[in-house]
Amino acid sequence: MSLRDIISPFYVWKRAFSKPFTTKKPLSDRPGAPRYRGFHKNDLNKCIGCGTCETICQNEAIDLVPVPGIETTLEDSGLRPRIDYGRCCWCALCVDICTTDSLTMSNEYVWIDADADVFRFVPGYDEKEWQHQDRGYRRSEEYRLLHPQRTDMKMLDPVTGVGSFLEIVQGYSREQAIREAMRCVDCGICVASCPAHMDIPDYIRAIRNDDLEEGLRLLYQTNPLPGVCGRICTHRCEEVCSLGVKGEPIAIRWLKRYIVDQVESSSFRDILQQEFVPNGKKVAVIGAGPGGLSAAYYLNRMGYSVTIYEKYPLPGGMLRYGVPEYRLPYDQLDKDISYLLTLGIILERDKQVGKDIGFQDIYQQYDAIFFSTGLSVSYKLEIPGEELPGVIPGLQILAEVTQGLKPVIGRQVAVIGGGNVAMDAARTCRRLGADVTVVYRRREEDMPADREEIEEAKSEGVKFIIQAIPVKISRSSAGKLEFFWNEATMVSQGEGQRPRPEAIPGAVRQLEVDTLIPAIGQGSDLAFLSEDRQNQIEFRKYKVKVDYLGQTSDPRIFAGGDIVNPTADAISAIADGYRAASGIDKFLRK
Amino acid sequence: MWEGDRSKFPEIIDGKPVIDLDSQKYVKIWQGPQHPGVTGNIALEVTLCGDEVVDLKTHVGYLHRGFEKLLERRTWMQGFTIVCRICVPEPDTNEYLFAAGVEELSGITVPAKAEWIRTLTLEMARLASFLMWLGGQAAAFGMGTVGQWTVAHRDFLLDIFEELSGGRIYHMYIVPGGVRADLPKGLDRRLEDVLKKIEILLKDVDRVLFNNAIFKLRSRGLGIVTRDMVDSYGVVGPVARAAGLARDLRKDHPYLVYEKLDFDIITATGSDAFTRAQVRFKEMYQCIDLIRQILSRMPDSGDFYTPVPNVLHWKIPAGATFVQAEASRGEYGYYMVSDGTAYPRRIAVRGPSYSHAIALLQKLAINTNIADLAGLMVSLQTCPPEIER
Repeated sequence: MSLRDIISPFYVWKRAFSKPFTTKKPLSDRPGAPRYRGFHKNDLNKCIGCGTCETICQNEAIDLVPVPGIETTLEDSGLRPRIDYGRCCWCALCVDICTTDSLTMSNEYVWIDADADVFRFVPGYDEKEWQHQDRGYRRSEEYRLLHPQRTDMKMLDPVTGVGSFLEIVQGYSREQAIREAMRCVDCGICVASCPAHMDIPDYIRAIRNDDLEEGLRLLYQTNPLPGVCGRICTHRCEEVCSLGVKGEPIAIRWLKRYIVDQVESSSFRDILQQEFVPNGKKVAVIGAGPGGLSAAYYLNRMGYSVTIYEKYPLPGGMLRYGVPEYRLPYDQLDKDISYLLTLGIILERDKQVGKDIGFQDIYQQYDAIFFSTGLSVSYKLEIPGEELPGVIPGLQILAEVTQGLKPVIGRQVAVIGGGNVAMDAARTCRRLGADVTVVYRRREEDMPADREEIEEAKSEGVKFIIQAIPVKISRSSAGKLEFFWNEATMVSQGEGQRPRPEAIPGAVRQLEVDTLIPAIGQGSDLAFLSEDRQNQIEFRKYKVKVDYLGQTSDPRIFAGGDIVNPTADAISAIADGYRAASGIDKFLRK
Repeated sequence: MWEGDRSKFPEIIDGKPVIDLDSQKYVKIWQGPQHPGVTGNIALEVTLCGDEVVDLKTHVGYLHRGFEKLLERRTWMQGFTIVCRICVPEPDTNEYLFAAGVEELSGITVPAKAEWIRTLTLEMARLASFLMWLGGQAAAFGMGTVGQWTVAHRDFLLDIFEELSGGRIYHMYIVPGGVRADLPKGLDRRLEDVLKKIEILLKDVDRVLFNNAIFKLRSRGLGIVTRDMVDSYGVVGPVARAAGLARDLRKDHPYLVYEKLDFDIITATGSDAFTRAQVRFKEMYQCIDLIRQILSRMPDSGDFYTPVPNVLHWKIPAGATFVQAEASRGEYGYYMVSDGTAYPRRIAVRGPSYSHAIALLQKLAINTNIADLAGLMVSLQTCPPEIER
């Protein structure tokens, strides 16, 4: 102790005269830091209402609510997050995990109101001055809670691929599938876009939990051909996947395939345990394509005795005769179908209705009929020379390859069209050893074929001529086919309309080929119905008109598949089969 | 301790005072749970003889928020947002330990840059925590002015935290896998400005507190922790170091980048409230030095985050771990058990206050003056939320 210890403390007075550190009210001159976790903002147009913010919130402060002006669409739930500031702890996990980066925070931190209810608000919808504030917390680019990159799929390289009909997509291993399933955020936006409304988040969860038996049970609830759909589905689910907004969508289709591939077909029966009580009623199904098989399966589960009439020796319809083996190997198709046939569904092979058995006979023998006979008649090009030998429709080539016939196509092949059949035909011809050129009327981006089909065709050496209008076909002196086409420009048809190709006068080009394959679309063949019946059944835009139960204008006749739905793909046909099965059940129980 | 006639003081039998309240020699009062003389929500049941404490019992339970149980109901990722709430003055130790435990259980390696940034936040948090303690220590002996200064300077540090993490108190910045964001541009410069301000402050505090007759008179000889008490009472941190033990996890079991930093363990031998204050005061300078070392040696670029599995479905393999770090108050530990699911099976948090505010305080308070009780408690730097997790 010294005198210094008495005097020194008076030094405090020095600071009595310095400028205070505190900020006077109002606090407006003290904005939050640029990264401050202040009040929430949401860009309603970017937000898709996936609800991942709601899932991650540990306080249950977020609810997804409908908001006026936001419509529910396939890629948008139509809901937006409402945040309760009575619960929020401003941890910003919702911002970190936002699949679209629409949810952010401002650096605003003062909000005073006498009404406690206003603190539960929908950011972006309830007008707040901080909504347009630039500063505030947002996720750093390098810090991600979600994984935008899809797990790589092992593919056959194009050189090996084009030399054989081996399956190109090799499938996921267990580790890969679980890794891919881990990426899913369980938002379920995909379910609505799937025509069959498959329970996608749940079967992906089953993969994550490594419970493939549960996965298989979930698949068969809505889809009796999961192995097929795991390969060739048009996967609209992936187009709307919330992970796809900022990264690559979950490989939903391949995950489905993984489940089916991993389960032995011999154990399907034990796993699915489908016991049913026959109800004594009989239903006929015409056509053993995806629609027919689906209807037969679900009817069978409900206790109906089902007979399928199929004109070909083997079931599968377009899946077998229209889809090449490198996309859907026959043994995999058989794995799906053979399980269905073990359940007691009767398949009458080589029985063409209208030829081998009359439609009227069936109509009298069965309580109800479901037909999904598909689109089997190729559209004509409607140009001169189409009847020349060497002009073979795409579907015919595909069917011949399936039947084991070796179609003679020569060295040079041109395929006309830009749909999936055109791609299948082109790539099949490549595998038969031909140089293939695809000729399409419009631009590449207008092609109805799946993007990946186009890309794979290119990588296999298929050449593309776009904006080319077919003019005529003739036979050259050397015995080849001369295909003439006219260069076209695209003419705008106004907003929302596909531009139309218009021939440039004088710009006619010529291509010399051995075989010309038109694949510009298909129409239905309803010759098995008598003329009376055809007149009785209502049509709309060349499609059979059915109601929400799949019922045609004749209450005992139901229809589905490509002849009914405009999308004309396997999963829609499967969905139609399910719908018609429920419809028939409803109708017959009346 | 009253050194005159002690005949009125209770008889000690088997090491415990025998107190007969009916004798009217004693009075029982409660200091807390709402009282400026306790650290946070805690209550001291004090039995006095005159103004001398003859018995003391610590009561906790006013603050119990059940963090450990709440963590069992949170996914591994969600947990990081609540562990910081266990300690208001120094949340980052909790954030770090939770993240480190999760990373150890799941086998995740954190990028080097993240380790540097984590060390920086831990040292900043230590400094901020000491600033708060310093104000409390001075105020407990009647000098409120110092508290005004130090809390203002702590706020300057919180400004830096706000800029770095987006939050002033609960930073929620250290996440399993790394940290949430890189250092903002120019933060090192602004942090240096704050450090300079704090250095000036510390000089002033040295003059008015450590060269203050009243402070010296009241804190010297108060709450002496003898060397043999250290282990039997679970004494850690500056309190143990003031008792002459060179114990510091940053040196003994280096974590993060402490091995790469140049510093010595600060010890002293007086082991009373004054010595403990001195040790902490020196450690504040040490913090400033360490922050400068970190800023000058931290890599400029590099990842600050290792992606963890999708946090919505993140399951961590079954296992258990105990991770520990040196907080401003001493050793801090997290015992974490995973049963292989998406939720922790058990997380136990152990902070130094558990022993300091209960067993140690109950022992040291005997025979001190009631007026010095607050100063004694602050000199142990107790923090009730650590006791009631």
